Amino acid sequence: MNFFSDLLSALPGAVAQGLIWGLAAIGVYITYKVLNFADLTVDGSMCTGGAICVMLMANDVNVWLALLCAFIAGMLAGAITGLLHTVMGIPDILSGILTQLALFSVNLRIMGDKANVAINPNRYKLLVSLRHVKETSINNPIFIVILFTIVIIALLYWFFGTELGCSIRATGCNPNMSRAQGINVNRNKVLGLMLSNGTVALASGLYAQYQGFADVNAGRGAIVIGLAAVIIGDVVFSRIFRNFALKLLSVSFGAIIYYLVIQIVLTLGLKSNDLKLLSAAVVAIFLAVPYWKGKYFRGAAKASIKKEESHNA
Amino acid sequence: MLELKGLYKTFNPGTINEKRAIDGLELNLHPGDFVTVIGGNGAGKSTMLNLIAGVFPPDTGLIRLNGFNLTHLPEHKRARFLGRVFQDPMMGTAANMGIEENLALALRRGKMRGLRHGITNTERKLYREKLAMLDLGLEDRLTSKVGLLSGGQRQALTLLMATLKKPDLLLLDEHTAALDPKTAEKVLTLTEDIVARDNLTTLMVTHNMKHAIRYGNRLIMMDAGHVVVDISGEEKKNLKVRDLLDKFNIENDRMLLSDK
Repeated sequence: MNFFSDLLSALPGAVAQGLIWGLAAIGVYITYKVLNFADLTVDGSMCTGGAICVMLMANDVNVWLALLCAFIAGMLAGAITGLLHTVMGIPDILSGILTQLALFSVNLRIMGDKANVAINPNRYKLLVSLRHVKETSINNPIFIVILFTIVIIALLYWFFGTELGCSIRATGCNPNMSRAQGINVNRNKVLGLMLSNGTVALASGLYAQYQGFADVNAGRGAIVIGLAAVIIGDVVFSRIFRNFALKLLSVSFGAIIYYLVIQIVLTLGLKSNDLKLLSAAVVAIFLAVPYWKGKYFRGAAKASIKKEESHNA
Repeated sequence: MLELKGLYKTFNPGTINEKRAIDGLELNLHPGDFVTVIGGNGAGKSTMLNLIAGVFPPDTGLIRLNGFNLTHLPEHKRARFLGRVFQDPMMGTAANMGIEENLALALRRGKMRGLRHGITNTERKLYREKLAMLDLGLEDRLTSKVGLLSGGQRQALTLLMATLKKPDLLLLDEHTAALDPKTAEKVLTLTEDIVARDNLTTLMVTHNMKHAIRYGNRLIMMDAGHVVVDISGEEKKNLKVRDLLDKFNIENDRMLLSDK
């Protein structure tokens, strides 16, 4: 019974972490799913946001202003990747890797050449903090991050319904058609990357507050966790969630599921050092599920195609 | 209207794969011309259309539309003057987006895309009317994803998108080549109707000689990157496939085959 009581007491923490990473994963969704761009900048910007936020707050800047700066810094990082790709013609994955590598140095500079900068929750007014995670109060980070998630999903839902947002979706879906319809594909890629990394950096700012420190390694493997959330959300909810806002919500749910799974295996006795291996395995499996489904369960696939065809007739 | 002057385009210059695709191309279109373009494989038909659309720039030469120099204008900026339908039905539409969303993208060709709503309700009425004219039942499926449509339906939709906002020049690049004969006929009839209704200046590349003769008021044949035959008016009206073959002694097997 020890296992269950341990797990139960760890659940709120897992949910809060899942929600914060869910925000970052919504950023990943914008590049990976909407823009069809494998963006590895995330591993850098998932640290940058936290670094900026913590350093600004340590210098008595208002928490909201600090988060705004984190968002802007993330947008800049995304813009760099976008320009490397569109202006300098570097392939998408490589552009992201270059920015990510460069950000490692930048992040250290931001944090005053320290690998880890703590922020004392007693001295500074943090928006979200680990210490309130089991309280039933307005300070509970779960409650606050849920609010953040709702607002961000609402804003993104609105944005991707506008003329500009539609043109960004078209860019990811069919660049040839987009150019033929007068859409500036390169500019839209940069915009999408900015929006994505801004969201990631915002999540990073919340994550640093939640943990009480910014760490130069905070972003390591962030893209994998983000992808895990996107893919888990897609595999589990794609049948029932069709609306764009609900799809973004499923990404958030995906991140929570991911952290629950991690929490379960941790409670079972796995060391936290093994987590990266486990993350990679989880993502690999969830990426394989749709592929195997298509390959080995042709019957199901054919039936659904037939349904569509009869609909067309 | 459209002026192509001294156009040259060589792919992979200086390599073993060097290919001079366009070689001193000259062409003048008059307003309202519906020109069919034929020619063998590698004659430069698609390259000409891609040069006009700005997919790549010419090595030298001038592309002018209505007196406007397009030669070095990027592809997305010339899109405001051009309507385009491609050979591949997958290429002209965004599969993951709805029919109405695709049409809304097309309606805003050449306009600033800001933070206004992507689709308005008044537009939806227009889309329903336009789609009804295709006679494919698409008017009741505005929100269906385009990826669910058949090749012919997608091509008809692309044609509608290309002409939704009246283009100065309509470019059709073998737009029925990937369709079955019956669907191809339907899309061609549709093309003729739309071109006639809006009096559109049109360049239609085709591999089918009968189509090239039946449609349009002018026929050009390309070979080795330039125009070798240019027929219009009465002569074009009375043209037969036999004449074309005899007169110009065409030995391109693919064109002969598609004639049968």
